[in-house]
Amino acid sequence: MALLEVSNLGIAFGGLQAVAQLDLSIEKGHLYGLIGPNGAGKTTVFNMLTGVYTPTEGNIVLDGVDITGKSPEFISKSGVARTFQNIRLFNDMTVLDNVKVGLHNQIKYSMWTGIFRLPAYREKEHEMNRQALKLLKIFDLDAEANLKASQLPYGKQRKLEIARALATNPKLLLLDEPAAGMNPNETEELMQTVRDVRDQFGIAILLIEHDMNFVMGICEEISVLDYGRIIAHGDGMAIRNNPKVIAAYLGGD
Amino acid sequence: MAITKLKNMKKTTKSNLITFGIVVAFYLVIQLCTGMGMMTSSFAGQLVPICAYIILAVSLNLTVGILGELSLGHAGFMSVGAFSGTLVWMTTSATLPSWLALALSFVVGGVVAGLFGLLIGIPVLRLSGDYLAIVTLAFGEIIKNFMNACYLGYDANGLHFSLKDSASLHLAADGQVLINGAMGITGVKKASTFTVGIILILITLVVILNLIHSRAGRAITSIRDNEIAAQSIGINITRYKLMAFIVSAVFAGVAGVLYSLNFSTLVAKKFDYNTSILILVFVVLGGIGNIRGSIIAAAILTVLPELLRSMNDYRMLIYAIVLIVVMIFSQSPQLVAWRKKTLAKFKKNGSVKPPKGVA
Repeated sequence: MALLEVSNLGIAFGGLQAVAQLDLSIEKGHLYGLIGPNGAGKTTVFNMLTGVYTPTEGNIVLDGVDITGKSPEFISKSGVARTFQNIRLFNDMTVLDNVKVGLHNQIKYSMWTGIFRLPAYREKEHEMNRQALKLLKIFDLDAEANLKASQLPYGKQRKLEIARALATNPKLLLLDEPAAGMNPNETEELMQTVRDVRDQFGIAILLIEHDMNFVMGICEEISVLDYGRIIAHGDGMAIRNNPKVIAAYLGGD
Repeated sequence: MAITKLKNMKKTTKSNLITFGIVVAFYLVIQLCTGMGMMTSSFAGQLVPICAYIILAVSLNLTVGILGELSLGHAGFMSVGAFSGTLVWMTTSATLPSWLALALSFVVGGVVAGLFGLLIGIPVLRLSGDYLAIVTLAFGEIIKNFMNACYLGYDANGLHFSLKDSASLHLAADGQVLINGAMGITGVKKASTFTVGIILILITLVVILNLIHSRAGRAITSIRDNEIAAQSIGINITRYKLMAFIVSAVFAGVAGVLYSLNFSTLVAKKFDYNTSILILVFVVLGGIGNIRGSIIAAAILTVLPELLRSMNDYRMLIYAIVLIVVMIFSQSPQLVAWRKKTLAKFKKNGSVKPPKGVA
């Protein structure tokens, strides 16, 4: 059984059926792309997978655990992490603290340990710093560890968001338009980083992206969403030549 | 790598130490002035209220600055703390050694306020922003009006409680009224001193600063910065909002006990929304999220009306103008830029270190 099994997923907002009969199956360690024209429902799918929206039908099973309609907190603990289309960092916290708060459920100590600075405090904080810096190093952000997140340039903010998501030790990472607003060089670099992340952490990555070079370049499998339904599925080559996909993007019958 | 980490550690520790240093220095200066007989009695009378307001401002800053939720009911927690703590003091001070009775009063005042924080926090924290502010304001008023109408007495048969008047307590002849409605508690043996106040400030600072710079504190701050993102990384929003709210209420309760044991009578009217707003002014003026700023703002703004007493009719006017000027000075973008430039110049000369930095 695949890592993520989504079957017949759907959500309606009042009379609007935003997503319907969606099936996805993502294997461990796979790079999976979800593409489609604007308003096709891609981010809505992410929001259902992470518990922001409760699906009105269908099932989401992660690694054998049914996470359909569970709270974002539960889903995060089950092993799904995400980034956001419009970056959502903790802007007034340092870069290091952004990642450390991502480690919240990985390295734990109680409120009292923190307040009274019990011996466990030093030890756990030390471990948190070590792991957080290790993650920052992967994204080449360790030199900026003490800056506020809002002081980072745009491209680095995107990377920091991925680092924070990885800190939660996910099995599945959802990236919502990771290359948006990046220039070709930055995009190229990001592609390599995403591949490295997959290889190093052995996790599955599902990404939404409009940059076709990016998607075709790194995704092993792609699904195309249009008006809330999957209209095509396959590898980059198959998608590129699929008449339905071309029609969805360029118009036509 | 290790160096950046070390630097980071040092920065927050240093900042905290400066905050503690300011409090201790303040204590020493005041003690010195008192010793040399330079203290006027009106100023000396302000010392305990200053300490209470500092604790209130620091604790409210946890809710407003660190959790990022506006609360207008802080005086309500102060009130329940004051009443419960004072009752404990009145009933135990005769039998227990006075330091123990006093410590017990503070603990009970804090715990009772914390329980109210929990009770009020559960429904209130489902809201946010303006709605939360207004509901906390309402709860503060409910507490004030309840305490205003509360009659409590005891006799050989035990405790008697009424919301009508003292006669309906039906006390036996030897009975004694403890809380007499709007007249509150009278005949309190004063117990708060400046030294006790300073000790409580230091305890408050240790607890709140340590909380902020810990795993729980980061979770609370992350909710302030971006609730949706905090949820997405598995932070239990309700739990950490409640935690901040309760800790904040506990110290408001402790400050209430400190405040009330400085006077011989305790009335509920004192803890109205004006007091809540006053505490909020300290927090905003000192800088939202800036603990050290709260301390300084609370101290100065409590003393200021006293210093301006000679101007009698104009003193509240001047007080208001000072508020406006400080607000402009700290918030106006042009002035902030100017201040940064001037500081940078000083820094280059190597004489002054930047005093700014979130404590």
